[in-house]
Amino acid sequence: MNKPLDFHQRMRLPKRPLWAVFGEKALEALIRLCGVSAIIFVLAIFFFIFREALPVLFSGRFNILEFLFGVKWYPTSAVNVRYGTWALTVGSASVTLLAMVIAVPFGLGAAIYISEFCAPKIKEPLKIVIELLAAIPSVVWGFIGLTVMSKLIVAVTGAPLGVNLLNGGVILALMSVPIIVSIGEDALKAVPDSYREAALALGTTKWQLVYRVLVPAAKNGLLAAVLLGVGRAVGETMAVLMATGHAVQIPHSLVDPIRTLTANIAAELGEAPAGSDHYRVLFLTGVLLFCITFAVNMTADFVIRGVRRK
Amino acid sequence: MADAMQMSNLFARSAFTGRKELSQTLARWAFCAMTVMMVAPLFAIVAYLIIRAAPSLNWEFLVDIPRQGMREGGIWPAFIGTIYLVVISLVIAAPIGVLAAIYLNEYARDNWFNRIINLAVINLAGVPSIVHALFGLGAFVYAAKFGYSIISASLTLAIMTLPVIIASTREALASVPMAFREACWNVGATRWQTIRAVVLPNAISGILTGVILQVSRAAGETAPIMFTGAVFYKAVQRGNLFPYHLNEQCMALSMHLYTVATQVPNVKESIPYATAVVLLGSVLMVNATAIAVRVWLRTRKKW
Repeated sequence: MNKPLDFHQRMRLPKRPLWAVFGEKALEALIRLCGVSAIIFVLAIFFFIFREALPVLFSGRFNILEFLFGVKWYPTSAVNVRYGTWALTVGSASVTLLAMVIAVPFGLGAAIYISEFCAPKIKEPLKIVIELLAAIPSVVWGFIGLTVMSKLIVAVTGAPLGVNLLNGGVILALMSVPIIVSIGEDALKAVPDSYREAALALGTTKWQLVYRVLVPAAKNGLLAAVLLGVGRAVGETMAVLMATGHAVQIPHSLVDPIRTLTANIAAELGEAPAGSDHYRVLFLTGVLLFCITFAVNMTADFVIRGVRRK
Repeated sequence: MADAMQMSNLFARSAFTGRKELSQTLARWAFCAMTVMMVAPLFAIVAYLIIRAAPSLNWEFLVDIPRQGMREGGIWPAFIGTIYLVVISLVIAAPIGVLAAIYLNEYARDNWFNRIINLAVINLAGVPSIVHALFGLGAFVYAAKFGYSIISASLTLAIMTLPVIIASTREALASVPMAFREACWNVGATRWQTIRAVVLPNAISGILTGVILQVSRAAGETAPIMFTGAVFYKAVQRGNLFPYHLNEQCMALSMHLYTVATQVPNVKESIPYATAVVLLGSVLMVNATAIAVRVWLRTRKKW
């Protein structure tokens, strides 16, 4: 009695060699490993930053409320060491807010223009220019703030110093516009053409179409664009380090110099001896920043996915 | 007669139509002006930087080493250092990124675990660069004991730029029609054979674009390398192509720009501008290459 032939024997096909089968299994395992690498890296980032920050939390010389809400930041003082990051948080928030006040109308306006108004011939070149604008390194933006923008600000406002809140806000606005434009344009593109056709058939102009139909229909996508712009602005380091003027204080006017959470780490990490309280508090600031951007990005993703589900 | 009058009036411009069209024209010009105001700075900035940099922009500046405490001379060690960092981070990030994208697009089903992976990728892209620097310092410099070195800095850059590769590779893979895969499965190919023989060749342009964008991103970053491996000054021979070991620190173009712009007093005026132009020029050229590749391949797409 013969055994039943398997598929390969019946078809007179050569069987796949064993090494090919196992090689493929190994490769797929590697692919899976790389697939989860993003999770590993995010957890590793949090773990390693938190690990460096942890000892100071239990050192008894540290007060979490003072860290979050204290305005006194005297990390290298001989007698009165204070680690209060409130002024830095306010600095970050104010420069981000200013950047958004400038970038949101311009970014969404440009997204609407590119998506709805402009001729197809100049649409592609415009998008390429926006993409190139997004590629400019942050240190070059900082340099522009330090040289060009600061002279402009001194000339226009008569402020004693050109590197200040206004400078940082304008630079950050220019940096976050490209992301707002490209995500906003995607959101407008995602509105079904039947909406446009229905509105135009009723005799609307394109402008009426935009503010009565498209903006309400794409509002979640546009909100996500703004949030991603905020995320970019909060996390930006080099540009604000060079353009905002380095003074730890709560700003009272547009032309006050400020310092942000990010710039503070960049400015002081090099001088803080490894393992000192100062060094660990800077890592704790990193944890704070990580949490802020985490929340902003999660919200943006949630808003975008809300659109897709609908 | 009166009826005919009314009929023609029906289609005449009313005051309402006039207002409507006026608002349309105004909105159109307002949006156009906004766009121009966002786009114009790119050209204005590039032009201004080039004009100010002109006295130093020559071949000598590129191949000469910094002299007299970086007040004179060129940028060779920084330029080569950036190439070191970019190439090594690319070698690390490209395979991981491409394989991760293959997993996310070809293997992953839509379940809670893979949604978490997606969230992780989004978050990795959103982590501030200075937080990456802290991570690189804590993980690679101290925990892994690589010290302040090119390898630490490259690893930090690689993790930072991973989402760029994942996002664009994934987009490229997703644009390969499902029918291509089904045809391949139907002749008996396994999942990986299908990916290798059908999916990857058809997506290679998009993957290439992602890799090029990673290069541009890595070249421009300053904060992540500042505390992991980039150094203010390192003595290097003029024109030496391989001046660094992987376990020592190097200079980098972005870091050099920060240094000459803020830390060095009495620097020759055109030197920071010329450094900025070289950095900006390299980054924009790399990006333009990516765009050219994309446009070229879009014109000869087969489906």
